Amino acid sequence: MKTYLPSRFIIERDSDRCIKCEVCVNQCSFDAQYYDEQDDIVRAREENCIGCHRCVSFCPTGAINIRQNPLEYKSNYNWTAEAIESITKQAETGGVLLTGMGNDKGYRIYWDHLVLNASQVTNPSIDPLREPMELATYLGRKTNKVEVNDDGTMKTKSAPQVRIELPVMFSAMSYGAVSLNVHKSLARAASQMGTMWNTGEGGLHPSLYQYADNTIVQTASGRFGVHAGYLNAGRIVEIKIGQGAKPGIGGHLPGEKVSAEVSMTRMIPEGTDALSPAPHHDIYSIEDLAQLVFALKEATNYTKPISVKIAAVHNSAAIASGMVRAGADIIVLDGLRGSTGAAPKVIRDNVGIPIELALAAVDTRLRQEGIRNQTSIVIAGGIRNSGDVAKAVALGADAVYIGTAALIALGCHVCQQCHTGKCAWGICTTDLALTKRINPDIGARRLANMLRGWSIELKDILGAMGVNALESLRGNRLHLRGVGLTDSELEILGVRMAGS
Amino acid sequence: MRDLNRINNPYNDDKVIASCSIFGMMDTSGACFSGEGIIRAITNMHFRGNGLGGGFAVYGLYPEFPEHYAFHIMYSTNIAKADTEDYLGSRFDIALAEPVPAKLNEAIINPPLVWRYFAQIKPEIAAAHCVNQSQDEYVVSRVMEINTHIADSFVFSSGKNMAVFKGVGYPEEIAAYFLLDQYRGYLWTAHGRFPTNTRGWWGGAHPFSILDWTVVHNGEISSYGINRRFLEEYGYECTMHTDTEVVAYAVDLLARKHNLPMEIIAKVFSPPFWHDIERRSESEQTLLRTLRQVYGGLLLNGPFTVILAHQGEMVGLTDRIRLRPLTVGVKDSTLYLSSEESAIRLICPNLDRAWIPMGGEPIIGSIDNPIGAGSKSGKDGAVGVKQR
Repeated sequence: MKTYLPSRFIIERDSDRCIKCEVCVNQCSFDAQYYDEQDDIVRAREENCIGCHRCVSFCPTGAINIRQNPLEYKSNYNWTAEAIESITKQAETGGVLLTGMGNDKGYRIYWDHLVLNASQVTNPSIDPLREPMELATYLGRKTNKVEVNDDGTMKTKSAPQVRIELPVMFSAMSYGAVSLNVHKSLARAASQMGTMWNTGEGGLHPSLYQYADNTIVQTASGRFGVHAGYLNAGRIVEIKIGQGAKPGIGGHLPGEKVSAEVSMTRMIPEGTDALSPAPHHDIYSIEDLAQLVFALKEATNYTKPISVKIAAVHNSAAIASGMVRAGADIIVLDGLRGSTGAAPKVIRDNVGIPIELALAAVDTRLRQEGIRNQTSIVIAGGIRNSGDVAKAVALGADAVYIGTAALIALGCHVCQQCHTGKCAWGICTTDLALTKRINPDIGARRLANMLRGWSIELKDILGAMGVNALESLRGNRLHLRGVGLTDSELEILGVRMAGS
Repeated sequence: MRDLNRINNPYNDDKVIASCSIFGMMDTSGACFSGEGIIRAITNMHFRGNGLGGGFAVYGLYPEFPEHYAFHIMYSTNIAKADTEDYLGSRFDIALAEPVPAKLNEAIINPPLVWRYFAQIKPEIAAAHCVNQSQDEYVVSRVMEINTHIADSFVFSSGKNMAVFKGVGYPEEIAAYFLLDQYRGYLWTAHGRFPTNTRGWWGGAHPFSILDWTVVHNGEISSYGINRRFLEEYGYECTMHTDTEVVAYAVDLLARKHNLPMEIIAKVFSPPFWHDIERRSESEQTLLRTLRQVYGGLLLNGPFTVILAHQGEMVGLTDRIRLRPLTVGVKDSTLYLSSEESAIRLICPNLDRAWIPMGGEPIIGSIDNPIGAGSKSGKDGAVGVKQR
């Protein structure tokens, strides 16, 4: 069938600069560049270009530029180019539209409507270059009070705690969705920087058990790669109920990505689709969740915090309260902007709520019920920089997960083709020719560099506010003000309007 | 089910920024002395205040009523007084009710009524309400209720054999107004206030008090937002429009409800840095780490010096990097704490010792462990941290 879809991008090539080296041809995994032997010229198949900029980055002479196709439809607020082209695609394929990465729609990004405070005159700002500044955080359940023996030693027994040196961890990205080299990069960077990385739902490759001290092992509805050794390898066990990019939907790993190594790690036959059920079939209620939480605590002999991850949905606050009472030592909220390797576009674009609102509502609710100390709150979904991190902490998060930001550090250009398995940057693919484009040593260095940068920035932010420990910012919404928000939004965020 | 809507101010914007002079003196032998000295000392730091608040806490001044809760209550209207007296009268046996003696001077503008009541919980009320809670707990709840539910009434203090006198004015003016040179106590604290943003409200002056705990505070608590939210989880309603209030409630929570000694409370307010904790012994590490994990929301961050006092004990503490001043002086059995050394030297020129403590190091004066004499516990009665 002839496609009616126009090309999304225009590939411009400066023929004066092009030396016909064919680097672009070899780098493009989407077949958008080819060498025309007859005319001795490099040509483009623009309809294939997805705008990942791999060719631009690697062209030795800087001959290539990629532009959005300026082709204009008759202007129409309702029938945008995206609306028209989505229908066109479905008319040609008859399927569910798949996509990758997080929600790219124009929903309000609350981080951009919150501003931070700083000290002036009445209290001094603290200079992190000259004074200690503490970003360390302990994740896990805390008691509501401490009891001390007469000799000054502890009477209270603590639940297991995991220390992270900065409140930023790598979000769950399964092996299979991303390559082994990506896992290696994440694991090494987390070990180097004293934070955690997360296996995702696809098991832990044998070569990565050496990084167990910095590993969160996940178990999702498909239970891929879950066995006693796996559960006991990590510092934290995370139950994944839902994911911000596709609340209420299970994971989809197409059979093409299930290579021999993925098959071994996931414990499924090579080449089969790995489809996680939408719900956990042993969790149809909150009391069932409590059973799984305690089954995992039993399996790990009460030595590890158990985390429960949900997508941020309308009644997250009530759900979170139930999760804490069901024994979750850490709760993870993944918001509207949460990313994915593959999701139905309609779900990604329309389901879930912004993480800022979910976080504020959950933190407030747990405090109203007097159970905030019993859990740590970790949030995920669209965190872009240390400013977002500081605002999240001020709203009440103990730590944040970053997924897309980490992949960008590895080279990702957010072209949203993760679901195709053809990632030209070698990240979201298991094609061995492509995965070798990530060198784990370099990848780990890039990731660690980013975390180091963010941690220095966070120290600057704390010091400017006049506090020297992260716990003095955590939940301290007095250090936030809202700009351009309605009264209801301010009330839910628990933040005052700027100027008041 | 707990009241989910109890949190009264979702924006937590009650903080008032203030800077101040503070002074405390205590005879750790328990001997009482007049207020004359401390009035001179705090007057010497006149320039640290701006006349928008001054106050004193005195311990041991009512030996004739040692077992009665001494309520000092401020009213802006006569209706408030009638309402509050009804409220108290139906719950307490009041041994004596009288206006707090005062003498108007030209500096005092439009003072409120201030009355004191020496009261005990009615036996039938105690039998009904003090089964699952102590009498103190009951009194705290009543004080909270008066402050939040009876308009124009405000409880200055509610402890036994102690009192808070405070108002809008320089501390020396407040002292003259309440005739404080005529009282005798074994422990006095004083405060001169420099708020940068406030209405002239008598209840907003320091000391802040809950039961017999008092706090005078110099500084701005930058962690106020979270300190307050943490305390709200434990049932405290912050109503007084100042960050000092959280210190008073935090002490009440940790000392009275969680039964922690002062040395440990100091480690909650001004904890050692993580890298310092790692250098301690195993058991100390466990303690300090757990304290920070559990009470992280009560870390008082930002510049502050506080003098905390209750029956028989006075504690000076700064933030952990000492961004506000505190000087300690010792003469015989008397402990002095002050924003400035000059104020101590003015009233006691020949101190045995004077020094500036480390940031976050609590200075504790206690009747149980008097200075000099060598104490019951056999420890040197020196002031300062008991190293744990």
